[in-house]
Formats: sequence, structure tokens, C-alpha cells
Amino acid sequence: MPQNDCGSLWNAVSAAAHLSDRFLWGAHASVTLGDLARGSSLGGRVEELRGRSVLVATGDQLTAALALVELDGIARRLVLCPPDVPSEHVAFVIATAAVDALVCDRATPEATARSVGSVVACSPRIAATDSERNGQLETEWILLTSGTSGGPQASATVWSTFYDIRRYGGLQIFLRACLGKGSLVLSSAQESTGDFLIRAGAHGVTHISGTPSHWRRALMSPSAHRIAPHYVRLSGEIADQAILDRLLTSYPEARIAHAFASTEAGVAFEVGDGLAGFPASLIRQRDADVEMKVEDGSLRIRSARIARYLGSQGGTIADRDGFVDTGDMVELRGDRYHFVGRRGGIINVGGLKIHPEEVEAVINRHPSVRMSLVRTRKNPITGALVVADVVLKAEADPANGRVAEVEREILKLCREALPRHKVPAAITFVPALAVAPTGKVMRRNA
Amino acid sequence: MRVNTMSVRSTVISQLEQVAEEQKKRLAPLADDLVLLNSGLDSLCLAIVVARLEDVLGIDPFSAAEDADFPVTVGEFIRFYEDAAK
Repeated sequence: MPQNDCGSLWNAVSAAAHLSDRFLWGAHASVTLGDLARGSSLGGRVEELRGRSVLVATGDQLTAALALVELDGIARRLVLCPPDVPSEHVAFVIATAAVDALVCDRATPEATARSVGSVVACSPRIAATDSERNGQLETEWILLTSGTSGGPQASATVWSTFYDIRRYGGLQIFLRACLGKGSLVLSSAQESTGDFLIRAGAHGVTHISGTPSHWRRALMSPSAHRIAPHYVRLSGEIADQAILDRLLTSYPEARIAHAFASTEAGVAFEVGDGLAGFPASLIRQRDADVEMKVEDGSLRIRSARIARYLGSQGGTIADRDGFVDTGDMVELRGDRYHFVGRRGGIINVGGLKIHPEEVEAVINRHPSVRMSLVRTRKNPITGALVVADVVLKAEADPANGRVAEVEREILKLCREALPRHKVPAAITFVPALAVAPTGKVMRRNA
Repeated sequence: MRVNTMSVRSTVISQLEQVAEEQKKRLAPLADDLVLLNSGLDSLCLAIVVARLEDVLGIDPFSAAEDADFPVTVGEFIRFYEDAAK
């Protein structure tokens, strides 16, 4: 795996010192790395998975963490499946990533089990094993969604993240905890923000990451003061000045850093001066192993570590000079670049990405709708909300009083067909939308 | 424009109630000391409430980079808007 220069994760973990003092704390169970080095969460069936393409699809983050440590360097490929992936997508992932083994911690649908061949159970109850494990393969890690860097650590580092570790932002923290010297407090989807903060605080969390939306929510919890981190990291969404200021007020002892990461480029940089955006001087800086440029308003990155896409989009994604378009649109204000949104109008609601076209397709099903434009509206809680501009057909013209009814019907269609965060928070009826010469509705960025 | 603080309170409460109903969330009885995150409204609901209040009141106190802490209780949330409307 790319971020690990010292062999496999397993080799790095098992070779480190003081393993019995280092914990992976789940919401309901915990495991020391020492136990894991002497035993197995996979019931001693690690060898069965050697050289295979393994889908890690557990309900719990702790079991996923254990499986990842054990299987890096053993499996040919590790595919991380976040918990909310619909089963029809799982089938697609299995086919696309040529998955031939499944690691899970709960009952598997029979069809899924049949399609992968072997199913191996993973449990936080570590079984003793005497097999000599050696991870030699350069395991390829596959993530299903949208990412960062290394840093110095004290010996009593306790990492935590609001992210699920099977998402890019969380996986980085998991790797930093495992490859560094720290312990890790995992979040849990079943736990309230307040309870998570209390638990992280009780374990003495020192380094903690989340999206600006996670942090806004945390600061609205009465338990926000239960943690006293040294390092607070924001990633996954645009960090505005207001959230940076408020974090500094709440955690005056902490270094507040916001990270920009590109899954595509496999790299990131961190901004630690407490100001939104990043200094323009970072562009075209040549000393780093990462080079950046701005072209057509979007940030491009060149690095040795370029990710590839699986499936139909296979192949590298860099331009002729080796730069990858991150799709993140930036704007120069003074001597800083500020992120203003995504190319193609992709909307990020609290870290969940939405393609406007999929919402427009649902709105356009309504017989009175001529066309629609779904766009982002800035929001201080979730970063953005989805809103829609809708042009009605002549017979449903606002003049004949059916508009309120049509609005209700459109929203009903959307609620039936889409997850909540994709349903427009507001619909505006407009007389016309700008259409480009290509016949497509014009999208503005951000 | 100066917004009457009584109307700010009732506007905030009615938006909390309306969004809860739209999002099919069970809203806890709204008392000033109720912790907002325990009100039954999740982040998405609160995001929608804040957007609607910006439309209705013309203010978004969350985005104003001031030193004030984020509101934790319903009472603080209302005061957050009342103070911004002054």
C-alpha cells in the first residue's frame, strides 16, 4: 500500500515495541495490538486469504480495523466496504474488483456468499494462532469513496476520528495510528456525537479528525469540552473561517489544521495557519514530492502516487505532464487560494456527495416539469444543501395557481426515490434556465 | 431593519417544528434548556432550519466569524438569532 514505506502494515505493527500498551478502542470492545500480534481476529484463517482479492464488509469498524492489519501484505487486494453501501452496489464492487473472498462479522446474504467463494468471519475475540505470518505482497487497497499525510507524534498519542475508518478521511487516521506509535478510538454509527466525545475524552484523545460538518456538530454538543486535543484536523469539505475560529476558541491548546486531499492524486497538504484557503505560494513549489498548478480554475496535482480507477474508468487519470485534475475549483483572493466547490457541480452535503443530474432526473419525471437545475447552497451546518430551480411547462404556469401543489408533488417524488440528503431543501420556480450551445443546462461552480 | 425579538423566537420555533414534521422526526418538547442535538433533529434538519431562517430573517449567525460559541441548547439557539437580529 502506497503510504507505507516499511513493508506491510502487519509487519510494521508486529515489529513495533510496546504493543500491549496500544489499543484499538471500538464502541463495544477493544483489542491491544499485542493480542493481535500473537493471535488472529480471523479465526486463524489468514492463509486462506493469501494472494486473494478480499472484500472487507463488516458491520463494525473494529473488526474492519483488525482485518486490515492482518491482511495487508497477505491479500492481493483489500476492498473496504463502508457500512451504508446498498447490497446491489456490493454486487457491482465484487464484480469490478474481482473479489474472491469476503471478510465479515455478521450473517452474509447467501447470494453474496455464493458470488465470492470464501467467507471468513472476523471477531474482536482474538484466537491464539501459531502460524508464522509474513506479509510480502504489495497489497492494493481499494476505497469506494472520496482524502492525506504524515506527521510527528508523541509517545502517548491517542488518535480518533469522527469518520468511519472505511472512508478516506478515516483510513488515513487508522494508518497513522497503526504505523506511528498511537492508539485509536473508533467512532460508531450507533453512538451520539456527545457519547463519542465523552468516550474519546475518557481515552485521552490527543489527535482527532473530522469534516467541518462533524466539527460543527461536535461544537454544538454539551460534551464538546470533554476532549482537550493537541491536534484538530478538518478534511473532506471546505473549511470556512468561522469553523476554524470557533475550533480555536474551543480548543485553545490545539493545533488546528485543515487538510486538502485528493483521492485521485493520493496526496494532500495541510494548512495550519488558522486561515481558510491556502497560500498561493504553495502552487508550483518544486521542492516537495507533490507539485500543484491551477488550470481552468481547478487545482491540478502531480505526484508519484496517482490512484487508478477500477472498472470502466480504468487506466491512469493524469494529463500529458502527469498532473491530475482534482475537480476542486479554486479562486485567488489576495495571496490565498480559496476552494469554491467542485467541477461538474458535485454537491457535498456533510461529506456525502451528490451528482446534480441524479436529482434532476427525478424532478424531471413530474409531468408538469419542463427542465430543472439542481445546485448547491452554502450552509454553515452541513457545508452545503441541495436546492433546485425548476421550469414548468406552460400549462402549469405559476399564473394558474397549481404551483404549490406541483412543489409538493415534486418533493414527494424526490423523497420516494432519493435518500434524504439528496432531496432539495428548497425549490424555486423560474421562467427559464440558461442552456449552453451543447444543449446542456449551464452549471455554475459552487 | 430591526427584527422584533419576540418574532425571532416564534419564527425559530415554528421552523424547528415545521422541519421536524417534513423530515418525519419526532421533536422533543421544545424547552430552552433542551440540548439541540437531543431534540430529535439531526444535522441535515438543522441545516435546513438554518437555511430557512436565513431566508425568513435575513441573517445567518453561524457564518458570522465572531467569537461567540456555537449554541448547544434550544434557548441558546434562539438567543443566537435574537442577538444577530439586533
